[in-house]
Amino acid sequence: MITQLMPAMVEVADKEVHSPEFATLYVNQAIDFKPGQFVMVWIPGVDEKPYTISHHNPDRFGITVEAKGVFSKKAVSLGPGDKIGIRGPFGNGFNMGSDHKQVAVVAGGCGMAPLAPLVEAFQAGNGPDILLIQGARSKSFLLYPDRFTGNVEICTDDGSKGYKGFVTDILVKKIKALSAAGSPDFDMVYACGPEIMMAKVFDICEAHGIPCQVSLERYMRCGFGVCGACVCGHAVVCMDGPVFGSKALRTMADFNTRALLKTGKPVPLDEYASWRCQ
Amino acid sequence: MQTTFLGKTLHTPLVLASGVLGNNKAILERVWENGCGLPTMKSIGPAPREGHKNPTVIDLGNGMINAVGLPSPGYLNMEDEWQELSGRAFPVNASIYGGSVDEFVRVAGFVAAQGPDFIELNISCPNSDKHGMLFGVNAQSSHDVVAAVKKVIDVPLIAKLTPAAPDIAGIAKACEDAGADAICAINTAGPGMIIDIESRCPVLAFKTGGLSGPMIKPIAVRCVYDIFRSVSIPIIGLGGISTGKDAIEIIMAGATLVGIGTAVRYRGINVFDKVNKEINDWLTAHDTTMEEIRGAAHREVL
Repeated sequence: MITQLMPAMVEVADKEVHSPEFATLYVNQAIDFKPGQFVMVWIPGVDEKPYTISHHNPDRFGITVEAKGVFSKKAVSLGPGDKIGIRGPFGNGFNMGSDHKQVAVVAGGCGMAPLAPLVEAFQAGNGPDILLIQGARSKSFLLYPDRFTGNVEICTDDGSKGYKGFVTDILVKKIKALSAAGSPDFDMVYACGPEIMMAKVFDICEAHGIPCQVSLERYMRCGFGVCGACVCGHAVVCMDGPVFGSKALRTMADFNTRALLKTGKPVPLDEYASWRCQ
Repeated sequence: MQTTFLGKTLHTPLVLASGVLGNNKAILERVWENGCGLPTMKSIGPAPREGHKNPTVIDLGNGMINAVGLPSPGYLNMEDEWQELSGRAFPVNASIYGGSVDEFVRVAGFVAAQGPDFIELNISCPNSDKHGMLFGVNAQSSHDVVAAVKKVIDVPLIAKLTPAAPDIAGIAKACEDAGADAICAINTAGPGMIIDIESRCPVLAFKTGGLSGPMIKPIAVRCVYDIFRSVSIPIIGLGGISTGKDAIEIIMAGATLVGIGTAVRYRGINVFDKVNKEINDWLTAHDTTMEEIRGAAHREVL
C-alpha cells in the first residue's frame, strides 16, 4: 500500500513514450489522490524526486517524466517489471471549488502534467465549462496533444503548432472577449508551467479581478513540511502548496524571484532553473 | 508565557529545533508568529555543502529518520539572509558546525558579528562523516571546541549535544566548564537504518540517519534529567516533544526551554501555539507554575 511513510516498492506496469523528451510510467495500484498533489519517486541507488500524478483512475496512476537530468533520464529508461519506490501523495492539490461555471486551465510545457487530471476530474463530475490553453516551446514539447478535445487553444513559441506566441496572450484575449460579450468572467484560472508564465497569469488575473491558482516547483527533500528545502518566502511549497491561490501569492516574497539551491542558498530563478536542468 | 533566557526576553518558552524549516527569514518569522519563542536557523557550515542525495527524510509514523547531511550555503555566502535578518523583530538562534576546532572558531566569529541572539554549536549531528557528532561524544573535544569558540564570540553560547555520547551529563559538564552558557539536548538519536526489503537497499541515500520524534522522547527526557544533575546552566530540552504534556515532562526533568522539531510534521507549524496553550492549561489545572515544576522530578518523594 502506498502511504506517506516508507516508500512502497511498486512495479512499473507500462510505459508510454510521448516523445523523445517525455514518458509516462504507469503503476497498477490505487492511490488516494487529488489533482495537483505529488508523490516522491525513489529509484534505489539513484535518487528520490517529487513528481505530480499525471494520470489517475481508481486502480491505476501514472507519472510523466521529462528526461532532463540524471534521475529523470534513468526514470524514462525504466520499463514494465522495473520497480520504483513511491511515498505520498503530498501537498494540497488544486481547490476545485463547488460552483464554478467556467474556468480556464493554462498549461506551459510539462505544466500540463498536474493540470490534465484536474481537467479530467472536472469533466467526470458535473463540472464547469473549461477552456484549456496549452503551450510549449515547440510542437514536440506539447504534452498529451490528443488527450483533450473541445475548447482547447494551442500555442507554441516557434509557431510549429497552433498560435505562435504565449499562453498568456491567449488568456488575455479570451478574458477580453468574455468581457466584450458581456459574459461573466472565468470563476477561476488554474495554471502550471514556468514560474515566469505563472507570474504573468497571476498578474493578468489580478488586473481583471479573477482568482487564480498556480502550482509551484522547488527542490524538495522530505515532502511533508519539515526540512525547509522548498521554502518560498514564508510558504513551505511541499506542505502549504504546491498549489497557491491569489491571496497567498500576493504576499509570497520569493514568488517569481528566488528559489533555494540544494545548499539552501537563495538565488534568482534563472540561476535556479539552470541548476535544476543540469 | 514570557520567559527570560540568558538575559533575553522570549515571548514563549518554545524553541524551533535546528534543521527544521529554518532556511530563510520569512519562515523563521512565521514560526515565531505561530508561538515559537526562539527560532533556530539551519546549521551554518564552513563551506558550501549540498547535503546528501534523497531519500534524506522518511516519516516512520512515530517519528522520523533523516540524513539531510548539513546543507549550508557556507558562512561567507549568506549576505542576503543576514541583511534581511538585521531588521527582524524576533530573536534568532544561529546554529553552526565545523569539521575542526579552527573551522568552528572561524564560522562562530563571523556569524557572531552578524547579530544573532544566540550561537548554538552543533557538535552532535550524526549525518556527516567529518562534522558534528565526533566532537560531542568526547568530553575533552567538546571542552576544546566550546572553550575556543567562547574566546571569539560575545553572544551567549549554547552547546547542542548528542544522545550517542556514552555520558551526556559528563559532556554537558565539560561544556559548562569551558564556558557554555546553556545546553541544548538532544540532537537526533542513533543513528539508525531502515532497509527496503524488496530492493534489499537502505532507504536513506546516506544509509544511516538520526531518529527524531515521539519514539525518542524517553531518551531525551533521560538525557535532560542526567544533564540537570551535572550542570547549573539552563537546558533547552528537546527530542520528541509534541504536546504540552510532553513539554511539562521534559521541564520536570530539568529543561528551561523546550524545543520542537519533528512535531511540525504531525501537528503543523502552529504546533507551537498548541503546545503553549496545552502547557498553560495544564499549569492552570494543577495550580502551579513553570518555575515550580522545573526539575520537579529530581525532588525526593517523601
